[in-house]
Amino acid sequence: MNGAPHPLDLESPRLSVKKPEVRVDRQGERPDDERLAAAMTSFVGDFGRAAAAYMESCIRCGNCAEACHFYLATNDPKFTPIWKLEPFRRAYEREAGPFAWLYRTLGLKAAVTVAELERWQELIYDSCTMCGRCTMICPMGIDIAGLVGLARHGMFKAGLVPHELWAVAERAEREGSPLGATPKVLKERLEWLADEHEVPMRLDQPEAEVLVTFSSIEIMKYPQSLVATARVLEHAGYGWTVSSAGYEATNFGMLSGNSDWQRHASLKLIEAAIACKAKILLLPECGHAYTALRWQGANMLGRPLPFRVLHVSEFLAENVASGRIRLRRAGGTVTFHDPCQVSRRGGATRAPRVVLEALGVELRETADAGDLALCCGGGGGVITVHRADAVRRWALRLKMRQIDATGAARALTSCSNCRQSFDDGRAHFGWDKRMGSLLEMVADHLSAAPGAA
Amino acid sequence: MALLEFARGPALWFSLAVFLLGSTWRLWAIFRRPARPDYAEPRSSAALAGALRAIVTRMWHPRTFRDRTLVRTLNAYGFHIGLAIVFFGFVPHIAFVERLTGLSWPALPGWLFVVGVALTFIGLVYVFFARLTSPVQRLLSNFDDWFSWFVTLLPMLTGMAVLSLPFAMRYPPVPLDPMPVAIHLLSVELLLVWLPFGKLSHAFLVFVSRGMTGAAFARKGAGL
Repeated sequence: MNGAPHPLDLESPRLSVKKPEVRVDRQGERPDDERLAAAMTSFVGDFGRAAAAYMESCIRCGNCAEACHFYLATNDPKFTPIWKLEPFRRAYEREAGPFAWLYRTLGLKAAVTVAELERWQELIYDSCTMCGRCTMICPMGIDIAGLVGLARHGMFKAGLVPHELWAVAERAEREGSPLGATPKVLKERLEWLADEHEVPMRLDQPEAEVLVTFSSIEIMKYPQSLVATARVLEHAGYGWTVSSAGYEATNFGMLSGNSDWQRHASLKLIEAAIACKAKILLLPECGHAYTALRWQGANMLGRPLPFRVLHVSEFLAENVASGRIRLRRAGGTVTFHDPCQVSRRGGATRAPRVVLEALGVELRETADAGDLALCCGGGGGVITVHRADAVRRWALRLKMRQIDATGAARALTSCSNCRQSFDDGRAHFGWDKRMGSLLEMVADHLSAAPGAA
Repeated sequence: MALLEFARGPALWFSLAVFLLGSTWRLWAIFRRPARPDYAEPRSSAALAGALRAIVTRMWHPRTFRDRTLVRTLNAYGFHIGLAIVFFGFVPHIAFVERLTGLSWPALPGWLFVVGVALTFIGLVYVFFARLTSPVQRLLSNFDDWFSWFVTLLPMLTGMAVLSLPFAMRYPPVPLDPMPVAIHLLSVELLLVWLPFGKLSHAFLVFVSRGMTGAAFARKGAGL
């Protein structure tokens, strides 16, 4: 890979190119004091016990910068993770902290302004994928990524979300999919894929053991993943279905900071799983979908879910281990890119490695693998924000270099959003590798003998 | 002398009261806030073990970060260990605690006390210049950082003025000049009064924040 900056990369130092001002987006027309009040009400409402503990504990050592791919790629101190929360912290100290009344009475802490929230839009959205690597270095163990997620709630309430992210979130709420994968499109795609690949695509079965969900990125850009899912489930002998009432696993409500939209998206899947009496809700190769449903879905419903939620890598690992999925040896060398939300923040770091072992490949881990893996730079909705392209690609380049250094012939991941980031980087930097799908590799190496159902 | 009596009497009790009440208030302000129930099926129920593990394992960085953080980490260790040696290992300090609480323990050798003093001063100077020269720390720093540094340095400086004591003897071996002792004591009391209000409260908050993250990550089966 050529490490030189792209000729059109405006973020690189150039004598003749002036760095453009960062654009600020606003949704709706309303007075600034209304925006501010909405943000503050949301911030204060989100200061639960853990958030308060984290706000109180930071010692401003700045170690978190050393873990953030955006800082590592740029050395710009504004990308220090805890600095991205500065308005959120000030709101806490002035409105909710133990000495808030003192600070307000004596005017010791300045109130947050809309202009500051606008300036922080870039830091809260464009340059944080909520990958959580900063938590791994924080001496106080502060979950900064979780706090950024909370800060986004207030930004959404204030109507201060990057426009592209807001637009896809709004479209997901309105149409059921951020990329236009409506039930009609899904049905047509499944019929086409069933015909093209001669694999049954089971849609709207009244009952099924497994409810399959997809990421719209897969539906629209990586349809081979849909085929792979069907092949694996057929091979393992599961009764499965896709439901046109709940199939979209991505959750742009969560990424943009709209809790209501997040709940709507999650409840569609949950209700679809309950309707078909599913025992397993299978999440696709999508990192944030895992956080949204596996770890936050039950809280959206307000009670425990009556079924298991599994990321597809967990499902594969379980079924490989039980012998229900039998694989042919693939051989060769492979490196694996851990999706942050599935591995570091999701606890399923081991699952893909179990699958790769069963595939008989030589796994060559990157310098920072597993729970410490560098992020692709495109998660958390960042990839949707065009003004973030330059910094996102710089962050991605760190990861691409680590992958190159392994010398592995193939690179795999289990997140279609990561794949999309790498595809973009491949085109932008002229990278000579392609990020592949773990699921698709499994589907390509299913043993002819069916699994033990 | 009146100042020493003031420092050993009302000022001491006032600073201890502020320290205890302020720290309690700060903790209560955290724990009074709601903790939303988590209905997600846990991967592990060993939340307490996760909390304790995080409290211990956060004491060092994963290898991948060491190149970039080794010096500041070593300095932090040096400073905290030095401070502990100075406070807990020095004869007059032990005698001071004994007068207050009745508790006492053997003092550390004099050479170790000197090492502790050196580590503490080196640590304080290092963090001062690091905060001035690191673009990240400069951006993050506010009044709390500088004032906390100052009130930590002050007892060290004022303590040096009382350092005519023979290390190995019980305190006080000879009548001390009361003025430096009073000033030293007052500087410690300033530290106690400030501690609950600023970042120095990480002395107890570290267990809260690490523990909460450790418990949450353990629930998810995630490594920390």
